Amino acid sequence: MTTTMESRSLLSVRDLRVNFRLDKHDKHSGFAAVKGVSFDIPENSTVALVGESGSGKSVTALAILGLLPPENSTVLPGSQILYGGRNLLELPKNELRKLRGKDISMIFQEPMSSLNPVFTVGYQIAEALRLHTDLTPRQAQARVVELLNEVGIPDPAAKSIAYPFQLSGGQQQRVMIAMAIACNPRLLIADEPTTALDVTIQKQILELLAALQDKHRMSVLFITHDLAVVSEIADHVVVMRDGEIRERGTNEAVFNDPHDTYTCALLQCRPPLDSRPRRLAVIEDFMNGNCPAPDAANSKRGVSGDEAIILDVRNLGKSFYTREGLFGNREFRAAHGVSFKLPRGKTLGVVGESGSGKTTVGLTLMRLHEATAGEALFEGRDLFSMSAAEFRNYKRRIQIVFQNPYASLNPRFTVGQILAEPLLIHGIGGSDAERTRLVHELLARVGLPLVSYHKYPHEFSGGQRQRIAIARCLTMKPDILICDESVSALDVSVQAQVLNLLQDLQDDFGLSYIFISHDLAVVKYMSDQVMVMKQGEVVEYADSDEIYLRPQHPYTQRLLGAIPKAGERIRGKISVS
Amino acid sequence: MVPLPMEFNETSPGLWALAWRRLRADRMAMVALAVVTWFLLTLLLSATGFIAKDWDAEIGVNYAPPSFMGAQSAEERGVQGMHAAEQATPDNPRDPLRDILRQLRDERDGNAGAAPAQLDDYGIADPLAAEIAEIRAAQGQRKVAANVEKLATLPLGADKWGHDIVQKTIKGSETSIVVGLTAALLATVLGTLFGAVAGYYGKWVDDCFNWFYSVFTSVPYLLLILAVAAVLQQKGVLTIVLILGLTGWTGVFRLIRAEYIKHKNREYVLAADAIGASDLRKIFIHIFPNVSHVSLVQMSILTVAFIKSEVILSFLGFGVPVGMASWGSMLNEAQNELILGKWWQLAAASAAMAVLVTAFSLFTDALRDALDPKLK
Repeated sequence: MTTTMESRSLLSVRDLRVNFRLDKHDKHSGFAAVKGVSFDIPENSTVALVGESGSGKSVTALAILGLLPPENSTVLPGSQILYGGRNLLELPKNELRKLRGKDISMIFQEPMSSLNPVFTVGYQIAEALRLHTDLTPRQAQARVVELLNEVGIPDPAAKSIAYPFQLSGGQQQRVMIAMAIACNPRLLIADEPTTALDVTIQKQILELLAALQDKHRMSVLFITHDLAVVSEIADHVVVMRDGEIRERGTNEAVFNDPHDTYTCALLQCRPPLDSRPRRLAVIEDFMNGNCPAPDAANSKRGVSGDEAIILDVRNLGKSFYTREGLFGNREFRAAHGVSFKLPRGKTLGVVGESGSGKTTVGLTLMRLHEATAGEALFEGRDLFSMSAAEFRNYKRRIQIVFQNPYASLNPRFTVGQILAEPLLIHGIGGSDAERTRLVHELLARVGLPLVSYHKYPHEFSGGQRQRIAIARCLTMKPDILICDESVSALDVSVQAQVLNLLQDLQDDFGLSYIFISHDLAVVKYMSDQVMVMKQGEVVEYADSDEIYLRPQHPYTQRLLGAIPKAGERIRGKISVS
Repeated sequence: MVPLPMEFNETSPGLWALAWRRLRADRMAMVALAVVTWFLLTLLLSATGFIAKDWDAEIGVNYAPPSFMGAQSAEERGVQGMHAAEQATPDNPRDPLRDILRQLRDERDGNAGAAPAQLDDYGIADPLAAEIAEIRAAQGQRKVAANVEKLATLPLGADKWGHDIVQKTIKGSETSIVVGLTAALLATVLGTLFGAVAGYYGKWVDDCFNWFYSVFTSVPYLLLILAVAAVLQQKGVLTIVLILGLTGWTGVFRLIRAEYIKHKNREYVLAADAIGASDLRKIFIHIFPNVSHVSLVQMSILTVAFIKSEVILSFLGFGVPVGMASWGSMLNEAQNELILGKWWQLAAASAAMAVLVTAFSLFTDALRDALDPKLK
């Protein structure tokens, strides 16, 4: 990838402004999603549009293809999207349709939901060819196989008659890419194409996109929230926040010498892999002052071996059975032979890709799944062999924070009700007044204003909701907190805040964490010990520094190798300069 | 205790308040709601006896036409005396009995007007003769008085017995809407309860309910209604409500069961499990408020369907007992009247029903849009 600074621009966005109507009946309720955005996409280069959720990056991409929902969005007059001398915003529908898929094509975040489940992938790829070229069906079929081969799908002829559900997530995204490049587009818009994928698959897809861009000499508009990914593949970077462009420049310029405090903040909020500051920087630190130097004092992690063990899990196994034939059962081992010891006040990180069984372990410990083998000794008592009545007393001592804060809070309860409910169930706090006081204390502890008490979850942002979920667990004063991908769904800056909160709570209450995540950087930052899982089994289990510095198992090495590293390199430069 | 900040007690709109706000912005829905409310108000007034209390008073001549058509003579109304009608029919020359018929007719006509001949009761004097004569006299007087009062036209006409159609329609609406609403409530409660239990517990509980459901839906609908009617052995509003309620829960059951299956694995339910909430608490306090919009919308759809079903039931003769008015019984009467050209009872009942059902359906549609959290 060479930066072609002087090349002609393929597509220019000029003063793009998009408004959304929030209420379909109220013409005046509006909110500006994109506020005057201008940038160019040069020919044969990759432009990355970076921003957190709500920054307007996806809206910008949809506006280019004319895919904004007409019933509640309006592109304000004066906006221009110039392509080949024409303003795409003013093109009639049928003209625009000729461009879509042929000159400009798009790939989406969720490959599973972007592919139609009732057609074979070959048919869906051929559809673009049928619409935009005059190939015969036989030629089209040959081209489909050729395309599948090009995007690296093994046995392309056989896979072209497969249905989407028969392919893995990575293969589905490859099919989407094949579909997008079928007509040799000049511009490929990729909207978070790797966010839903595992880190090793992400690496493959990024390499594939870079290779295709080079080979077909097309331009790519790459939309993502992940700066590390951007630093690996982009020539130009556009940083957006709240519908405005904060910074724009070449890859080197933005990463080596960021001018905008927000860009600076985004770079610093991610937990670093090579050091472990006591606290992570958050956006506010930057927006209030200048870029502070990263906290030099590294916190000490790891176990010495003489801590009290609070949870001793031996040979935990969980199998799911699917019925096969008339009497047959097929066993699927979601977790098998998992053993670990959790010391009091320490954090055990559990890492693995999707399907590795890490979540199963968490849910089984809570008995949200019944274990099929093994035992879990909590203060010497086996949690799995207790009766349900006995377990009720232990239930409140092990709590879980789920991944998606939008799904884990009951939308019909106020925050006050959500937090008071566990107190009510377990008879903590004698009277309503006492319980209300406890809830207020907790709200203050997790950094939410008291007004939240009467509000409903939908009035909060993702990070605030995760704070509510954490507060709900704290109501029962648990000993062990299982964090199941608890920060994965959050924006980078919010992620840092929640991680800091979790760290503070551990220091204050002496909580033991089981920290489950696919994000190796976050696990490294939080954990004393790390357990790497693959296909339901533990492949490596050691002190966290040990694993990251000297990974033993090839799978661990592969995982670590797949993390986009460029961000780290550049971060080093910032802290030096 | 530390005084709380001022804004602490300010509550924020819940999801119901938001739904109401969305509903209020929908003009069509508000018109529909106004119509439905008007019907319900009328129902309330008629149920408490403020209006249409005397709907069964025979205040008009039979088949009195609507006022705007003007009064009609007895001949025009088609209610002439039996003899006149029969005399008008000419003799059938091929009828082998025509001579006997003519003879009979002559005999009868000869006796007409004359007092009925005193029968010889084998010489025994009737002990009640005096009382009967008194009653006959009183009856004769009342008949004369009533005949004097009877109106030739009524705002929307009258039925065969001279009941005012306006009042009869109001009373009929009361019956039909009460039947529709209570039967829909019963069906929704049954369906929701079964669906919640089946969907939440799954496994053999679900299987049992599904078998029950399959058996219920495999029997033809009318046969099922006849069966319930046969078991209940009596006619009345309660019977219709039970028939419709006991046969109508199946659709709600399927939908609610599906919602519970979907919701029971949601993270917020797992979270409730993690804090130690019991099964019943999860079913009714955690999940139910999140699927209640399905029940509510189903209930309003069922109300419309049951109002129509009541009409069909009454039409088939399983409806309200004689002496009660409902839209169904009015339509049932109308089939005979229509042959005579008396269209107003049919028109009044159909119009009332059409307006309510349309308004209710529109309102239901808007309600679903407003309540469905996915559409936000």
